[in-house]
Amino acid sequence: MSFINYSAREINCKLVYYGPGLCGKTTNLRYIYEKTNPDAKGKMISLATETERTLFFDFLPLSLGEIRGFKTRFHLYTVPGQVFYDASRKLILKGVDGVVFVADSQEARFEANIESLENLRSNLSEQGYNLDKLPYIVQYNKRDMPEIVSVESLRAELNPTNVPDFEAVASQGVGVFETLKAVAKQVLTELKRSSGGQ
Amino acid sequence: MEMLFEEEQRQIQTISDRLQRDSNAIAVLVINKDGQEIARSGQTTDLDVTSLSSLFAGNVAATSEIAKILREEEFGGQFHEGTKQNVLIAVVSRRAILVVLFDTRSSLGLVRLRVRKATEEMAGIFEALVKKIQLQQATGASFGPNLAGEITDEDIDKLFGE
Repeated sequence: MSFINYSAREINCKLVYYGPGLCGKTTNLRYIYEKTNPDAKGKMISLATETERTLFFDFLPLSLGEIRGFKTRFHLYTVPGQVFYDASRKLILKGVDGVVFVADSQEARFEANIESLENLRSNLSEQGYNLDKLPYIVQYNKRDMPEIVSVESLRAELNPTNVPDFEAVASQGVGVFETLKAVAKQVLTELKRSSGGQ
Repeated sequence: MEMLFEEEQRQIQTISDRLQRDSNAIAVLVINKDGQEIARSGQTTDLDVTSLSSLFAGNVAATSEIAKILREEEFGGQFHEGTKQNVLIAVVSRRAILVVLFDTRSSLGLVRLRVRKATEEMAGIFEALVKKIQLQQATGASFGPNLAGEITDEDIDKLFGE
């Protein structure tokens, strides 16, 4: 839930990167962390297992600049992608303002993408959210891998509502900032709309 | 949308300052359940408050889910004992999280006692704040500038250098 702090003159919003295990959610955040000016970022925190799989979440606070004298801060979170961490995923979605679904383009992960998207929808609806009404972006990651599904097929299955989508190679930074920018922009536009702005 | 107006922030800050002083604590943090900072008191210059806020919120969310699974209504507080510092975490009427960092200059008993009083006082302020936000959203009454409503497309484009 976006949080406007009139005392500190801040607008705070929460973005969540969702997707199946090993699709590149943490890689997205790492790239953003590495390429962001030190003044605009806080520490990146990863609650991960010994084998570097996300256990609870990754967290990266970013400042994007000021709007009308208010600092805009975005808190980026990833969820653990592995199926059995569902209870943790539900917790991370609490108070979400915008979602990025990171899909793994590899053929072998096609089903995993579909399952994860269904899981996202059902976890959101359990908490009273509707994915179709939230700021939402789809990223087709790992476009550099062999044996990948075409964007058309991925789009048909994972993006039937035609939200903005991007091809990405998160390990090389391709599409990472485009995705972030698109979701952050949608979140601020929604904040404006829900407050009666034109 | 959640909001914090200057009046309530000042009231919460006053309680937080007093709690830190009266309990001889190193520092006190007040954060909302989503991990956003509301107030801080004491020695906080060396603390990464943003990271701590997110982690404490995650911790409280996980603990409260554990309580549900165990059919407990809610665990009232958590205590972490370190070699140099201890942390007491309390939930304020399901809306905010109060964190007290303390060392040997204080004691768990004293901190618990002061925290109980502070959470009661803060609960009243958060209830009043929620009513204010509901009133603002229902009637358009204004307790602060309608910042979000005044944002233009140009403001957003400018933020992204477009």
